[in-house]
Amino acid sequence: MEAAIPPSLIYFIGALLVPLFRGRARQVFAVLVPLVGFLYYFSLNAALKADGVINPVTGAKELFLWTHQLLDFQLVLGRIDGWSLIFYNIFALLGIIGIIYNLKGNSALELSAGLLYAGAALGAVMAGDLITMFVFWELLTVGAILLILSRNTARANRAAYRYFLIHVLGGVILLAGLGLHIQETGSIAFGKIGLSGMGSWLIFIGLGINCAWPVVGAWLTDTYPEASVGGLIFMATFTTKTAVFVLARTFPGEEALIWIGIVMAVVPLFYAVISNDLRRVLAYCLINQVGFMVIGIGIGTALSLNGTAAHAYCHILYKALLFMSIGAVMYRTGTSRATDLGGLVRSMPFTCACCAIGALSTSFPFFCGFVSKAMILSAAAKGGEVAAWLAMMFGAAAVFHQAGLKVTYFAFFSRDSGIRCQDAPGNMKIAMGLTALVSIVVGTFPHATLYKMLPEAASYEPYTVGHVTDQITLLAFASLAFALMILAGVYPAEVRSVNLDAGWIYRKGGRGFYWVMDKSLNAINRGAHATFIGGFAKWLTRTLNAAPTELLCWLLTPYWKLRGLSATEMKQHQDQLRLKSQFGAFPIGVTACLAVFLLALLILLA
Amino acid sequence: MAQESYSGKGSKGGWYGRPGTVRKVVVGLCIVCGLFLGIDLVFWITGFDKHPYFKWQTWPGFQAAFGFVACVLLVLVAKHVLRPLVMRGEDYYEKDERGPEEK
Repeated sequence: MEAAIPPSLIYFIGALLVPLFRGRARQVFAVLVPLVGFLYYFSLNAALKADGVINPVTGAKELFLWTHQLLDFQLVLGRIDGWSLIFYNIFALLGIIGIIYNLKGNSALELSAGLLYAGAALGAVMAGDLITMFVFWELLTVGAILLILSRNTARANRAAYRYFLIHVLGGVILLAGLGLHIQETGSIAFGKIGLSGMGSWLIFIGLGINCAWPVVGAWLTDTYPEASVGGLIFMATFTTKTAVFVLARTFPGEEALIWIGIVMAVVPLFYAVISNDLRRVLAYCLINQVGFMVIGIGIGTALSLNGTAAHAYCHILYKALLFMSIGAVMYRTGTSRATDLGGLVRSMPFTCACCAIGALSTSFPFFCGFVSKAMILSAAAKGGEVAAWLAMMFGAAAVFHQAGLKVTYFAFFSRDSGIRCQDAPGNMKIAMGLTALVSIVVGTFPHATLYKMLPEAASYEPYTVGHVTDQITLLAFASLAFALMILAGVYPAEVRSVNLDAGWIYRKGGRGFYWVMDKSLNAINRGAHATFIGGFAKWLTRTLNAAPTELLCWLLTPYWKLRGLSATEMKQHQDQLRLKSQFGAFPIGVTACLAVFLLALLILLA
Repeated sequence: MAQESYSGKGSKGGWYGRPGTVRKVVVGLCIVCGLFLGIDLVFWITGFDKHPYFKWQTWPGFQAAFGFVACVLLVLVAKHVLRPLVMRGEDYYEKDERGPEEK
């Protein structure tokens, strides 16, 4: 059975209609749209089971819906298979949660942008060809920028501008790569590309920018902390995970990804330790976890790819939960800086509990992160990737230490900041509670939920005695280290500061670039202006004005001499002639004579 | 400062504000750590198969040491190496980027 319109279109129409409603009606409508989108999942799943055809290359069932012919290419808006369905499920779920979380403000801009963003992400993961993927990929950026702008401060506007520039750059690189690739292969198939020629490298880098790779991914920690409280939930969910999805489709088993992932899994954590803004701490930890997924794609075995899909699912859940908790704190207190917060467990116990569940969900048994992260670690160990395994072990302990303990501790415990406020509003509580519940259900019953959706044929059992005890030991000692360092005063005091990272390249380097361009290209421009507009053109005008007069004077001199005029009288005549030519004030007779002369000349020459 | 920030001493508000809570939490954490280190030791002595991938995973206390050392290293390197290199004033970027109307 094929539904009339693709689900992404429902979100887009919903986004357009949201501003037309007011008050309660708008809230109800905004929740209904992603609910319908989520229900689509079940119909798509059933359609795949009923009508799916085995793909001879991958050996997996797939189904193509909503196909359109564009020139020589067949565009596919609905490629249904294991990969698209698991991402569809979590994106659609987060669409609902994100909209509920945003209901209180009831801002048409935020709700519309959220729906647009979710629709774009769903469109991208359902895309069956590279052109469709690219169109939805670019729409993601529009959604994100609107959500940054919705905070409506000068700082946020500047951040939105930077976000726009970086993603346009990424989009152009990706587009160039796609153009070359399609020209080389003549195919727009959205399947494994692999690094081979110029086109594939450009695609690789273009995807890497959205995937927040080292250096090129600095936009993430630069702009996420500037987004609006509710907008960040969508941002943390869609852009990077769509990039992970596209990478998994196009570059599975690409070894370079292992090393890129290792750097992502380790380096951002050091920045998290010294970041004061708790939303920035979470943003650095987000890159760390995406690093795990990138390693999983790089290893490229069925188990590691399943691990990537599963970890994307779980990571979206607990990262959204952590961002929602700190978002609720920010909503009530107006700040997410560790230096301004502390002791909020009294005022916001529910939010604190959700934050703690988010912290445990990073990797504690019976919470979602535990059942997904271990798959990638296991795949790395089986593949003999010692460096990747060690990096991910370090990342697992350290991210619990940062995203978990640091964020929970500095917001809700630590010293008493003196802030007394209400707990999160009801809609935020529902959104957080729902996410926490899903996290625990997935973590406790992975076989009945998450593992059923995994795209590749590889089984995994997370709940072995050794794995559970090992993991609890690792996390218990990470917590002990945190507690002892806080007590001993070794833990670095939070300081209001900016920490330089690769964002410097475009924030300061951008100004440098501007300066160089100003001094070089503008200097050429100024020089050219002075030479041609100021010099040559003036000279030309002057010459063209003066030449006929001087010619006339020269021609008339013999006549004046014949008339026996004196030198002074001749000078007078010449001055008069110059004055007349300057104002074009010749007697009509002279003008007529000249015109006749000119006409005669023309006839003679013609 | 972090040194004086670990407890909510002197403030009212349930279990969290009560003096001695921090002590209890830390002692409880130590007990949990000790317990799981003990289990690890028992596994090693009895030769229980934890399905390890690398031989070092079977060493008693490997996970414990890894978790503890990783976090201490993380914090010390961030504090003593990274922060001196990259920390700038809170206004580092803003002072150049603000438009004239905001200054």
